[in-house]
Amino acid sequence: MESTGDELSINGKLKSSRVREFVAPIPLLSWLLGALVAVALEHYIGTSFAQTLGLRKAPMLFGFDIMLKQPTLIHSALTYLVLIYFLPIIVVARLSAAGMNGLAAILIDYPLMLTVLIHLGMLYAILHWWSNMSLYRADVLRFTLIAVLLTLSLNLINGYMGEFSCSHPGFMALGAYASSVFTLGLFADDRVFGPALLPQWLGPYLFPVALVLGGVVAAVGALAVAIPSFRTRGDYLAIISLAFMFIVKSLIENLEFVGGPRGLGDQPGWANRPVVFVTVVLGIWIINNFVRSTLGKALNAVRDNEMAADAMTVDTRQTKITAFLFGAFWAGVAGGLYAHALRYINPGSFGIQMLAEGLAMVYFGGLNSVYGSIVGACSISLLGEMLRPLELFKWIIIPLLLILVMIFRPTGLIAFREFDVKKLVRPKQASDR
Amino acid sequence: MTLLQIEKMTHYFGGLRAVYNYGLSIEPGQIRGLIGPNGSGKTTIFNLITGIYQPTEGQILLEGKQLNGRSPHDIASMGIGRTFQNMLLWRHMTVLEHVKMARYSKLTYGLVGAFFGTSRRHREEAESEQVAFKLLKMMRVDQYADQIVLNLPYGAQRRVEMARALAMEPRILFLDEPTAGMNPDELVQMMDIIRKVHGELGLAIFLIEHRMRVVMELCERIQTLVFGEVIAEGIPEEIQNNPKVIDAYLGKETVE
Ligand SMILES: Nc1ncnc2c1ncn2[C@@H]1O[C@H](COP(=O)(O)OP(=O)(O)OP(=O)(O)O)[C@@H](O)[C@H]1O
Ligand SMILES: [Mg+2]
Repeated sequence: MESTGDELSINGKLKSSRVREFVAPIPLLSWLLGALVAVALEHYIGTSFAQTLGLRKAPMLFGFDIMLKQPTLIHSALTYLVLIYFLPIIVVARLSAAGMNGLAAILIDYPLMLTVLIHLGMLYAILHWWSNMSLYRADVLRFTLIAVLLTLSLNLINGYMGEFSCSHPGFMALGAYASSVFTLGLFADDRVFGPALLPQWLGPYLFPVALVLGGVVAAVGALAVAIPSFRTRGDYLAIISLAFMFIVKSLIENLEFVGGPRGLGDQPGWANRPVVFVTVVLGIWIINNFVRSTLGKALNAVRDNEMAADAMTVDTRQTKITAFLFGAFWAGVAGGLYAHALRYINPGSFGIQMLAEGLAMVYFGGLNSVYGSIVGACSISLLGEMLRPLELFKWIIIPLLLILVMIFRPTGLIAFREFDVKKLVRPKQASDR
Repeated sequence: MTLLQIEKMTHYFGGLRAVYNYGLSIEPGQIRGLIGPNGSGKTTIFNLITGIYQPTEGQILLEGKQLNGRSPHDIASMGIGRTFQNMLLWRHMTVLEHVKMARYSKLTYGLVGAFFGTSRRHREEAESEQVAFKLLKMMRVDQYADQIVLNLPYGAQRRVEMARALAMEPRILFLDEPTAGMNPDELVQMMDIIRKVHGELGLAIFLIEHRMRVVMELCERIQTLVFGEVIAEGIPEEIQNNPKVIDAYLGKETVE
């Protein structure tokens, strides 16, 4: 790993610290259990506890909105955070470490899939319970998850393949519109598409088809970028893909049957929390499988030295085109989720701003890294929400943060790290690095 | 059958005639050398054969199959492995990943395997890891397997590049100045390794070298190139004593 050097120095510092010793033997299962206890606690006593602290209700996003709007309540919000989240998580995680390590050790003998499903089940329970507190949280959760998928699919091209692509909002728009036309046309009484053709109850079952259709349409669109861009060596992709984004946008603006610039609304709300969660997890799983295979790593070879890749039998052009279409596919799926989560789309939302946010998430989190994309998408999405009370200043703070990251870690926070599920879920020992 | 056969190959870079009327025929298992002063066209010949450039004239045959017009990765998978004069490594990849990558054309699991992690993929990846480790051991760099290749000492990087070229199971190995920039110890090691590769794998080797000692000791036949033209060809003794070669090339070497 490239980051080995930094890691060693960080480890050196941390090794001496007590925090490190305290945390080292805690397996992922224990952290999840801790978080589960914390959200349960919040569920049962959160509101009343917040009121005793003088807050109107439980802080929705870790108290940031309260702290920023009413500085006098900072200590209440902090107390809430510490007592409801921080302490329960740490205490439960630490106390259950021994037991959970035992469980993790037993699970090693079973197929990895079982272990993964247990972890994912717990994670989903945590997220679901946490977001049950308010509609706002549920929305933040869904859109953050969608951002993770979008970021990862962009990282595939800008990070793993190392080409600068600007067309992702375009792919997302294609996916969003294609899936919306599918669901609105088949399952809704719509002004343009006429009465529903299929019964309502069938809809949620066919929603995966709508998502795949969105992805495929995006991938076909990507062909229009890939073929001219990858025909020869050189940096045409940035320009062609930027043009593509604008072309898609103005194309949709001029298509009356999907509402033109006014947009398209009233999609069935099938992108609920479990559907979004499962789709995004599936996307992460498949993309991670790909980038860890030799076929996927061929992308890195092409990026780092195309001539050498070619000389080592790698079909460089096919590799690039495949990966580009693959990335576009998942952007299209993310678009389909987005359309059915927001239940309204218009061409204006798939423009430069979305591109900037996507790029920020990729470069902040870290190039060539699944961890990085998850961290980047979550932190930028949540920061954006948490800093909302600051209004205009939000647009100063986030770019500033990005610049700081670029200065101190030019490839992003967690770049060039493999996402190894086996390592993630295994039992931990005190001596673990 | 002749392994590699080149006839009347000429190449121009714009107005510059880099290679003129070049011919070569290598039998299976032979070690052949190519020497010549800087800029005489040696690397260009490698690049022409491996498909990086298309020759202006002439034809190239590998086991009777025409290579002209094919793409580099095609030619590579037909059985020509190579290293580069200035070592082209992948800066973000580990040693093991380097060697496994050269098995690319041997993998049959396809996108389905890549996306869904089928058992066939796991089997093939495990197989190629085994092959890779065998080669890394042979090159004595297996202890670096999980390191980023740029963190290795220079001589070890050279050997990784060679292991990578071998992983594609070539019929013939092209080495472009494999001892460039090496100290005497590393040089001896590299010569050992070239002999070992030749002996154990029975490969044909086509070698560009600047250091006389290396070519003279290793090669069966040597060509001398000056301004893109072969001025002498023969066994090491003949080359060493050829007045044209001494004049154009060896003389300078002794002065240095
Ligand atoms: N891509 C290119 N475009 C134009 N000219 C080139 C190109 N590659 C090589 N040349 C020229 O062709 C001639 C032969 O170069 P080549 O690299 O083959 O020499 P060489 O024998 O390998 O030299 P060295 O011993 O320095 O490696 C040189 O004059 C070089 O400048
Ligand atoms: Mg050269």
